[in-house]
Amino acid sequence: MATYQNIFTQVQLRGHPEMGVPIGREHSPRVGKPWFSYLMGKIGNAQVGPIYLGTLGVTSAVFFLIGFEIIGLNMLASVNWDPVQFVRQLFWLALEPPGPQYGLKILPPLAEGGWFLIAGFFLTASALLWWLRTYRRARALGLGTHVAWAFASAIWLFLVLGFIRPVMMGSWNEAVPYGIFPHLDWTAAFSLRYGNLFYNPFHALSIAFLYGSALLFAMHGATILAVGRYGGERELEQITDRGTASERAALFWRWTMGFNASMESIHRWAWWFAVLTTLTGGIGILLTGTVVDNWYLWAVDHKFAAVYPPTGVIDPSTLPVGGAQ
Amino acid sequence: MKNKILTIATIGFSLLLSGCQFGPKVTQQNGPRGSGMNQIVDKDDVVPAAYIPPPPYPLEPDNGGPRAGETYQNLKVLGDLSTDEFNRLMLSLNDWVVPKNASEERAGCNYCHNPENMASDEIYTKGVARQMLVMTRNINANWKSHVKNTGVTCYTCHRGNAIPQYYWSNPVADSSTIRGKKHYQNTPDKTVGYASLPSNIYEPYFARAVDIRVGSTDAYRVKEAGASIRTTEHTYGLMMRFSGALGVNCGYCHNGNNFAGWKSATPQRAVAWYGIRMVRQANNEHITPIAGLFPAKRLGPKGDPFKINCMTCHQGVNKPLGGVSMLKDHPALAGVRGAPQPLQAQPAVPIKPVASLVSPEKVARP
Repeated sequence: MATYQNIFTQVQLRGHPEMGVPIGREHSPRVGKPWFSYLMGKIGNAQVGPIYLGTLGVTSAVFFLIGFEIIGLNMLASVNWDPVQFVRQLFWLALEPPGPQYGLKILPPLAEGGWFLIAGFFLTASALLWWLRTYRRARALGLGTHVAWAFASAIWLFLVLGFIRPVMMGSWNEAVPYGIFPHLDWTAAFSLRYGNLFYNPFHALSIAFLYGSALLFAMHGATILAVGRYGGERELEQITDRGTASERAALFWRWTMGFNASMESIHRWAWWFAVLTTLTGGIGILLTGTVVDNWYLWAVDHKFAAVYPPTGVIDPSTLPVGGAQ
Repeated sequence: MKNKILTIATIGFSLLLSGCQFGPKVTQQNGPRGSGMNQIVDKDDVVPAAYIPPPPYPLEPDNGGPRAGETYQNLKVLGDLSTDEFNRLMLSLNDWVVPKNASEERAGCNYCHNPENMASDEIYTKGVARQMLVMTRNINANWKSHVKNTGVTCYTCHRGNAIPQYYWSNPVADSSTIRGKKHYQNTPDKTVGYASLPSNIYEPYFARAVDIRVGSTDAYRVKEAGASIRTTEHTYGLMMRFSGALGVNCGYCHNGNNFAGWKSATPQRAVAWYGIRMVRQANNEHITPIAGLFPAKRLGPKGDPFKINCMTCHQGVNKPLGGVSMLKDHPALAGVRGAPQPLQAQPAVPIKPVASLVSPEKVARP
């Protein structure tokens, strides 16, 4: 029984390294002599490499590194280049966007948000290049492009937060700062500013898909592990050729909840839940401040939120003189 | 092996939770069900009840004897008291403000007065004390919207210290290059609840009157964009200071469904609204104008005097000194004698008491 509760892989394959299917001359070759790692084998494939670098991959990695370094060095500079304080205050440090006074200025002074925009440019370029890489590598292997489109959904949310919404609001200041606690404070301030984001239905959908993704992932992982002894890991074959593993898994869920996904549908469920998490989230963020200014009041208007009985408290600033003090 | 893994897991889990406060909590519902408007008090972390100094002796009724202004020279503020009441108040000031460890030539009355000539204004502390008495009387007479009839005395803030324990002054300017540039935030700072929020929150709101309100009151955006996220973070930082200074949660004043809305706010929010304006007036009309009196060591890094905020009086409890009124034993501080009573704003609804945040059994003595 304990076998199934172990997080680490139980089986490691060793032999001649798998070099992958041949690719055409128009592609640069896969590089690196593959080796086997016992520890990597505990969490995935024991074989490491070869890797395909290519122009897109190298450019993307370099751009990411530049963006990452700009953020890290700005944080280090903010503690007077003190490595000890850098570690101690790391969770608090940030690279802040330009102030509201700069609007959409292309390059404010470097210390006033210029570095933020440069870092943002490199990170965005890196993400887009990496997207192109996932698309082209999938095509080169003769795969579908499901990974690329799922990744595009995540990039959509990233772009909405850092580019599309700030442009629509007319200020780079609306972008999320780079930093651990600072981006969390941004999130809380964003909700406070726009009348509580929990009343944003797209935020609600995003949360439902996020938690749903976790639930589906857990259910599916558990199901396949549980029927592993009957060959249940041959999921795609069993879409059309149900074996006893597939039958037992299906019966288990029909017994417990009256309905079961099929070997095909569970993967479609999982893919769409993951994709819709960031897709709906991005829509919710994009509408905030551009169309809707107070989600609670919006939700009350749309009979989506309860109205609490008024407490009778009057805003003192609306009282006549005498209420001035 | 198994034990080792178990030990590592236990230590790791404990470290994950090290930011949490363990121990029993007292929770009191302070709003409609499901709104999360609960006051949560960690019983192990309650602010000890403050020591309340007794008056030096009972106040004799004013029998119309000589006024202090006739008995003493150069009295500009308290001349309307009887000589007896004036002397008694001076004794109390000694008790409340003059440090017990003052050097011999500055101990007691000498902290403010030249013993050779009590009427002289040569020691700066006397000028400061005079202005502070004007301020205290103004607060008690004109800010009942915030201090009610409990009122304040010198002790509310000073607590036996020449300089109140909690004050603010303008911070040194942020760096103009990336070296040392924190934008006044992104630092573990207790005043903003150890968040990364801005901590340069006093001067904009407690000296200038920058609008604190950032939340929208319209469902849809009507014209140009309202408050920016940066402005919102400043307000957020200020609110964290309120929370820390009063030892309360957000739900003490706000219904979290819509922080900006007044319809479901608690009466305490209106009290706080007046408090902000009271603090602003005290800073701008009583403390900043006497900046010239203070020696350099009593000024902040930018050369401005130490000013007040919520924490100066509240010191971590929702009612300063646990709500004990010292004013009733010192009526001289209630306002200028014979002055007309100003029109007072009354709270629209009575204020319900909330969970006591002070443990009566723990009494801290200075």
